[in-house]
Amino acid sequence: MSLFMLGRAKVPHRKNTANMKAERIPAPTSVTLLTSQHIGAPATPTVKVGDKVKVGTLVAEASGYVSSPVYSSVSGTVKKLEPHLMYNGRSCQAIIIESDGEMTPDESIAPPTISSFDELSAAVRASGLVGLGGAGFPTSVKLDAEKKGLIKKIILNGAECEPYITSDTRTMLDDGEYIKAGVELLQKYVSADEVIVGIERNKPECIANLTSLFAGNEKVRVVSLPDTYPQGAEKILIHNTAGLDVPEGGLPADVGCLVMNVTSVAFLAKYAESGMPLVEKCVTVDGSAIKSPKNLIVPIGTPIKDVIEAAGGTSCEVGKILYGGPMMGMAVYSDEEPVLKNTNAITVMNKKDAEPKKLYPCIHCGRCAEICPMGLNPTLYAKAMKVSDPADRRARLNDAKINLCMECGCCSFVCPSARPLVETNKLAKADLRAAQNK
Amino acid sequence: MNKLTVSSAPHIRSSSATNRVMLDVIIALLPTAIAGSVIFGWQAIATILICVLSSVLAEFIYNLILKKEQTVGDFSAAVTGLLLGLNMPANFTEIWWQCIIGSAFAIIVVKCLFGGLGANFANPAITGRIFMMICYTGTVGKSVFPIIGSAELSTGATPLVVLGSDNISSLPSLFDMLLGLRGGAIGEVCILALLVGFVYLVVRKVIYFETPLIMIGTVFVLSLLVSNDPVYALYQVMSGGLILGAVFMATDYVTTPINRTGKMIFALGAGLITVLIRLYGSYPEGVSFAILLMNILSPYIEKWTAKRPLGAKRVKGGTK
Repeated sequence: MSLFMLGRAKVPHRKNTANMKAERIPAPTSVTLLTSQHIGAPATPTVKVGDKVKVGTLVAEASGYVSSPVYSSVSGTVKKLEPHLMYNGRSCQAIIIESDGEMTPDESIAPPTISSFDELSAAVRASGLVGLGGAGFPTSVKLDAEKKGLIKKIILNGAECEPYITSDTRTMLDDGEYIKAGVELLQKYVSADEVIVGIERNKPECIANLTSLFAGNEKVRVVSLPDTYPQGAEKILIHNTAGLDVPEGGLPADVGCLVMNVTSVAFLAKYAESGMPLVEKCVTVDGSAIKSPKNLIVPIGTPIKDVIEAAGGTSCEVGKILYGGPMMGMAVYSDEEPVLKNTNAITVMNKKDAEPKKLYPCIHCGRCAEICPMGLNPTLYAKAMKVSDPADRRARLNDAKINLCMECGCCSFVCPSARPLVETNKLAKADLRAAQNK
Repeated sequence: MNKLTVSSAPHIRSSSATNRVMLDVIIALLPTAIAGSVIFGWQAIATILICVLSSVLAEFIYNLILKKEQTVGDFSAAVTGLLLGLNMPANFTEIWWQCIIGSAFAIIVVKCLFGGLGANFANPAITGRIFMMICYTGTVGKSVFPIIGSAELSTGATPLVVLGSDNISSLPSLFDMLLGLRGGAIGEVCILALLVGFVYLVVRKVIYFETPLIMIGTVFVLSLLVSNDPVYALYQVMSGGLILGAVFMATDYVTTPINRTGKMIFALGAGLITVLIRLYGSYPEGVSFAILLMNILSPYIEKWTAKRPLGAKRVKGGTK
């Protein structure tokens, strides 16, 4: 079975923090809450400068179907509403709240009543939950595939295939009961006949813990995945756990799957119990410049520099700071950038690690095509992007199925010539999008 | 706060590097170069050296004159020179200046003019060898015999020529063939040293093990089918430049298909053409031509063997 599993890149694990329980950081002096922390339309601010807010107070409401509300993660006063340049070069509104240091929860917070699928869907929407694995897709939108009776399988993503990150590991070890409660909640209102939990086999304690927790539930199956990258990529996870292939241009729902990160599921159960929306995250702080790697529970919106400081600071000059791990993480331009809903790690690299590898011409060795978990040939995109005629270039990109590239970075990782392969793919996709929008 | 580097993911890369890959090929060829030097003496050492030096120098001067970034540090010119030298007879006194011209041709015409490393469609060492064989048939095609071993090895024809004739009783023993005590080019005679290099390349994951095995296996099976004699087939496999070509030149990245299945088809085709030339062509040896012909077919094989991506819609006649 495991012989036919996809995703074979031998990326280093570096799970230095796997045995470290998450510690809560002291209340930050101020938080920056962005209105765009998810895929879809940015939320619309509902507060104005001078408003008093508490932990869990709504500060921005969902502004469309594919959108998600934002809640205050501290108690204090709204200081500023201003445009903010994000890591991805786009702009959105930022709500800056000065904390009173009390972390007083909002009095209106009460557990939601969930007695039907519609109430579950509404609760998920109200909770502000987005895919906590990293993609940040609003969970309620995924869940609504149930309305069309599409969901046959629920797949829990506990692969955590990125180097360094152990926040999901800690959820699986410390919050196993919540994962169980979350699964039971989903099983009650979603008509799936099977739940599969996929965990990389470099986390045997997590596999053991969840296997014993779900021992009485015969519809739940824990699958041990290879300890190679990218096991946590949605389509690869579905292939390796359920043996199904998401069709080109389709979604997991097209093959009857609902994929959720284990931490998202645990949060669902916590929300059902307390009614406290998504205001804090477990964040792994690690990397070559970090003095003592740690798992920290951080209010969303906390500036990265406060998080690094709470972890014990850096041991040398910093070269690069990433949201997430080094394979798919996003580099930030400043350590003032806030922790987002889908931030599961902050990776801080030293100057040496931030230096680019020596570039050579492509020698056609084929390692990129061999490693690509989707079975693509990245050299074709690099060649196509050299074509100056737009129509010809785009036809070549489409022929080589660039839309199937999920940007996992395996090709760039293995390339001995350090060609910017996945980087080129991102440009190529932007090129195709630009042509579509014209 | 100092300035942060901002770049696109991934932010870590594997430790593999192109110059390290080239260095691995050089390391894998060392046993063969040493064995050739022991078997053929100083003329072998001098021939290898002049090919390596003139190849590297050709690239260096080309880059210098055209004001291009210096690329000799990627070691690929050294690999080409080494392979070309190993494909030469240990006949330094006669061919030294021909080696310089051949190296310059391989590097400048076959590689640099097509855009340098990675952009050439034909293998520079093989094309260089064929160029020299055609231009200087008398000296480059000359059979040179070992300076060590028994005296009777030091005369007559190379095994491949003997195999082509009816008088196969004068062949060296299979054991001598394995050690390289027979006539031929510097790098093609010592099978044992070539196999050491093969194992090294496979262990270092520079090449796939099946590419040389399929090419060699194809030659063995076809020779067996033609002759119905396993010993004859074994001589066919160990004669000429088959092992050298199969391990070091049919596995060249640049000039072979990118997919693993494509590489297998490449190897099969190269083995087939080798046998056809050896048995039915006017040349005694066909390895170089076989690989060169397959180099030309590579882009097509690559197209035919493209994988179907995960979840991709099936297109009539396969995915493009």
